[in-house]
Amino acid sequence: MLPVAAYLALSAVLFTMGVVGVLVRRNALIVFISIELMLNSVNLAFIAFARQHLGIDGQVIVFFVLVVAAVEVVVGLALIVEIFRSRSTVDIDDVDLLRG
Amino acid sequence: MLTTLIFLPLAGALGIALLPRGREGAVRWAGLGVSLLVLLAAARVFQAFDASSGAMQMVEQAPWVPAFGISYRVGVDGISLLLVGLTAVIFPIALLSSWAAIADRVKAFTMAILGLETAVLGTFLSLDLILFYVFWEAVLIPMAFLIALWGGPNRRYAAIKFFLYTMAASVLMLIAIIATHVLGAVLLWERTFDIERLATMVLPVRTQGWLFAAFALAFAVKVPIWPLHTWLPDAHTEAPTAGSVILAAILLKMGTYGFVRFGPTLFPDALVASAPLLAALAIVGILYGAAVSWAQTDLKRLIAFSSVSHLGFVMLGIAAMNEQGFQGALIQMVNHGVSTGALFLIVGVLYERTHSREIADYGGVAARMPRFAAIFTIVLLSSAALPGTNGFVGEFLILLGAFRTSTWWAALAVGGVILSAVYLLWAYQQVMHGPLVAKHPERLLELTRREVLVFVPLIALIFAIGVYPKPLLDRSEAAVQAALERLNRTAATTLPARAVVRVQR
Amino acid sequence: MSFVPLILVWPLLGWLVNGLAGRRLSRTVSGLVACAAVGASFATAALALAAYVQASAAQAASAAEGASQTALSVIVPLFTWLGAGDLWVQASLQVDALSLTMALVVSGVGFLIHVYSIGYMAHDPNVSRYFAYLNLFIFAMLLLVMAGNLLVLFVGWELVGVCSYLLIGFWFARPAAAAAGRKAFVVNRIGDAAFLLGLFLLFTALGTLDISEIRHRVGELPDGLRLAAALLLFAGATGKSAQLPLHVWLPDAMEGPTPVSALIHAATMVTAGVFLVARLDTLFLSSPAALVVIATIGALTAFYAATVALRQHDLKRVLAYSTISQLGYMFVAMGAIAPAIGIFHLVTHAFFKALLFLSAGSVMHAMHDVIDVRRLGGLARTVRWTAAGFIIGGLALAGIPPFAGFFSKDLILEHAFALGMASGNYIPYALGLLTAFVTAVYITRAVALTFFGVPAEAGAHPHESPPVMLWPMALLAVLSVAGGALGAHAAGEPLLRFLAPLLGAVEVEGAAAPHPPAAILMGISVAVAFAGVLTGWIVHRNRRDPSLGAMGTLLEQRWYVDALYDRSIVAPGHATGRWMAGPVDLGVIDAAVNGVGRLFAALGAASRRLQTGYARQYALSVLIGAVLIVGYWILR
Repeated sequence: MLPVAAYLALSAVLFTMGVVGVLVRRNALIVFISIELMLNSVNLAFIAFARQHLGIDGQVIVFFVLVVAAVEVVVGLALIVEIFRSRSTVDIDDVDLLRG
Repeated sequence: MLTTLIFLPLAGALGIALLPRGREGAVRWAGLGVSLLVLLAAARVFQAFDASSGAMQMVEQAPWVPAFGISYRVGVDGISLLLVGLTAVIFPIALLSSWAAIADRVKAFTMAILGLETAVLGTFLSLDLILFYVFWEAVLIPMAFLIALWGGPNRRYAAIKFFLYTMAASVLMLIAIIATHVLGAVLLWERTFDIERLATMVLPVRTQGWLFAAFALAFAVKVPIWPLHTWLPDAHTEAPTAGSVILAAILLKMGTYGFVRFGPTLFPDALVASAPLLAALAIVGILYGAAVSWAQTDLKRLIAFSSVSHLGFVMLGIAAMNEQGFQGALIQMVNHGVSTGALFLIVGVLYERTHSREIADYGGVAARMPRFAAIFTIVLLSSAALPGTNGFVGEFLILLGAFRTSTWWAALAVGGVILSAVYLLWAYQQVMHGPLVAKHPERLLELTRREVLVFVPLIALIFAIGVYPKPLLDRSEAAVQAALERLNRTAATTLPARAVVRVQR
Repeated sequence: MSFVPLILVWPLLGWLVNGLAGRRLSRTVSGLVACAAVGASFATAALALAAYVQASAAQAASAAEGASQTALSVIVPLFTWLGAGDLWVQASLQVDALSLTMALVVSGVGFLIHVYSIGYMAHDPNVSRYFAYLNLFIFAMLLLVMAGNLLVLFVGWELVGVCSYLLIGFWFARPAAAAAGRKAFVVNRIGDAAFLLGLFLLFTALGTLDISEIRHRVGELPDGLRLAAALLLFAGATGKSAQLPLHVWLPDAMEGPTPVSALIHAATMVTAGVFLVARLDTLFLSSPAALVVIATIGALTAFYAATVALRQHDLKRVLAYSTISQLGYMFVAMGAIAPAIGIFHLVTHAFFKALLFLSAGSVMHAMHDVIDVRRLGGLARTVRWTAAGFIIGGLALAGIPPFAGFFSKDLILEHAFALGMASGNYIPYALGLLTAFVTAVYITRAVALTFFGVPAEAGAHPHESPPVMLWPMALLAVLSVAGGALGAHAAGEPLLRFLAPLLGAVEVEGAAAPHPPAAILMGISVAVAFAGVLTGWIVHRNRRDPSLGAMGTLLEQRWYVDALYDRSIVAPGHATGRWMAGPVDLGVIDAAVNGVGRLFAALGAASRRLQTGYARQYALSVLIGAVLIVGYWILR
């Protein structure tokens, strides 16, 4: 059996990939996928800890995260579709209505 | 009964919301009808009130958020009774006065006024601090809309100023309310916001001072006490007539009511200790308001500053801390509501005809509108506290009370009596006397029957209270005595010698 | 005497009828209603007098031995007006010698003026409003004189001020009239404020505002307090009775209709101050320092106003200053511990001053509102009755025997002399005597310029007034001649004896009233009066009116008192108001409020730059924030 540290390392790598993806990519869909990546990396960490502590809390929380992620996909994709319809682009740097 | 009284206007407003679009006449009549029903209910309360008791009466209670000890608790005593009566009288008049003046969004207007009435009545009748706070802040919403939607040219500035100024000052009160609650939990072993329960705890003077300061700030802005008054002229000037009337007649009283309601109950020592400061600010307000009034060129601003002066008298009566002062302050609250409300209605009459509030745009109006001139004269004299009118009863009692606490207070405040005659008569002369000055003299038409009807109840009250104020004084007497008892007790026992002001009955 | 309140009810009813339904009544009905109201009031007061005389005779009989000197005083309670704490004000009327005398004068002279007004105001479109105000005025004055409680008295006191405001400014379309009405009210208010403080002082010290109780209990007060209360109330009296330094409103009050001037000057209003001193005689007379102040102010005012009257060109203004001057005499009488004499002069003055004003009004009526003496002249030939009335009034004013004014003025001078003997302070007497001379001169000037010589303006066709105006004048002329009998020694001094039990009962410590040489003093004052008339006639014969040079200008400008007030009080006051409204209120206080608002706006403007609109930048700042927090926790 692999040590917990390995799972955590993978989780950290995945999370970092997600962060970098959010920061450097401009395509909204890619950014979206990067966010999913981060969420799942956290899920992995939870599962790993749950396994280590032999508890069930971590796994329960994973379900919550999954639900939230699913909802997020629904809302987020809808938004992206709507933005594409009105602006013909999914480049998030072009969407700057909130600039002060 | 009180719950019915409080929520009747709100229910009416909701009912009016269901009326079909475009039926403005029906909306107006419905609004007036509801406010008259409220008057009827208030009359019942007034009648059923037991004048011999200084305690809360007709208390109704229901748990609201039991976990935090918040409850719905309302009750009436001699102090709130007068203000409830005043509220119930003023609102139908305000609605009637805007019959012709408000032409657009009548439904929203009527609903805002009725919603305001519920909030105001709730403020006066709440016995739970959180409930009080909710009503207190709820008042701002319809009022700000009244100014912002139906106001004059500079209405947005005035509405925002009014809202932010009073709101900012009240937020500290919320913190103090929570602090009081926490102290209550510690000292009484009870989670409660009930004023009467909280009044039983004895707080150290310093603590009281801080809490009272937070409360007093909120009240002082509302009164307004000099120098926190500058929102008032703007709000008054820009508000529609009905808004000005309600603002002057009732909303300002929320501040003075706050002092009378919470000072003696929750923070007696702090109130006693701060009396000299309150009196000093009150006297500055009396003289300053009067002097500034004299310099105004806008009729509504003039009356707004006269309110600063008149409410200075009310505060002086409270600061006097004796029975004449308190009774005078209470009856003066009613008087100011009646007289200044009527003054704003008078400006409204002129404004409806010529669309100008500038004093310089008028002159010799009395010759064209004799009936209006007679009404104006009576209201003016009442505002100048002529004996035989209501204003005198209040000012006399206040000055007498102040005199017995400190000769100097009365000697200085009496200057306000002189100045009030100066600026009021000056304004009257500029507008009503002299040769006719008006861009459109043909528009200066005599009062219509409806307009006369607006003034009749106010004129009747002016004389009734002036000649026979006993029914009002009798009803508030026991409550005032109870409040003074609390003040006396603390002044005698807990205060350090240097903070004791002469408190006497 | 339960019918006594009716004295007040009649004029109040008249006011209500004319005030509410006036526009539906015809002119004649309006006038008749008003006259009937005041007439009924007079009749009721007369009945009350009869009942009172009877009752006090009965009292005297029952208490034949012992204290028969106590004056009967009947209190008629009305209702409880207001109460708060230990303050308990019972609205009540007091019926005694003083209040009855005043009520009769007020309603009697008032009635004649009402009748006269029917003629004088016959062509005014607002006649019902006029009569409504007039009735309210009478009501207020009757309330004042009959009040049994000091606060009720104060109600009448202020109401009188309001009525004067309304009536002086009756022709409000004229700016001068409106301003004069306002001035009257404001100046009165200043006095009223002092009155109010005096009232507080008395209540705080004695715990009551009941007049008879105060009268009996002032002895309990310490001297300083008594002096303070007396001076404060006297300050109120100077406002209402137009004494220095609050006299400025009365001459301007001429802007009102002439009968109103007659009412204000003769029967109501200005006499209130004198009445107040008499009403609270025990308070004033037991405070020697206050008496000195009262006598001095009275004498100074008498002299000041008389000199000013020498150089006024408006006939009514001459009379106005003469009123101020005569009121000064009344206060001299009060200061000389002779309140009954002061009231006597008040009564005779009411007769002849009403006559003078009504005659002046008749002159205006004849000359189409010309009242400047420089434009009149020779009227004795054309309007004989008016001229006769004015001359009789003038002779009474000048103090020529046997006219009414002579008796009362002579008695005042006699008592002023006695005051000098008792205290060594002969100033009131000297000024009084000097004033008597000046008075005779100025009224002779007024008569000479108005009624004799050649008319100044040809082409004027003066016409005599209608009988409805002449009859009241005739009655007043009779009273101006015969009124002296009320206090003349030869006639048995009926008025003085009537008042004596009430007002004569004051005991002043150490004042064993010295007896002045009455006959010699009388001789002196008669000589002075004749000398004055003679001087006036010699100087102003044939309508000559020497200007008196710089002295004349000073007098014409009323010693510059009005200008001084305007420049030192009114204008700076208004300027202060404007300064506070502008630089202070808007510039400092409101600017501070808006400054707070602007501060937050500036903070927002600065921080909005952070909001770039690039989502990835936000994400980066989130990351940096997270790293910082985590770093903090790790490195801590």
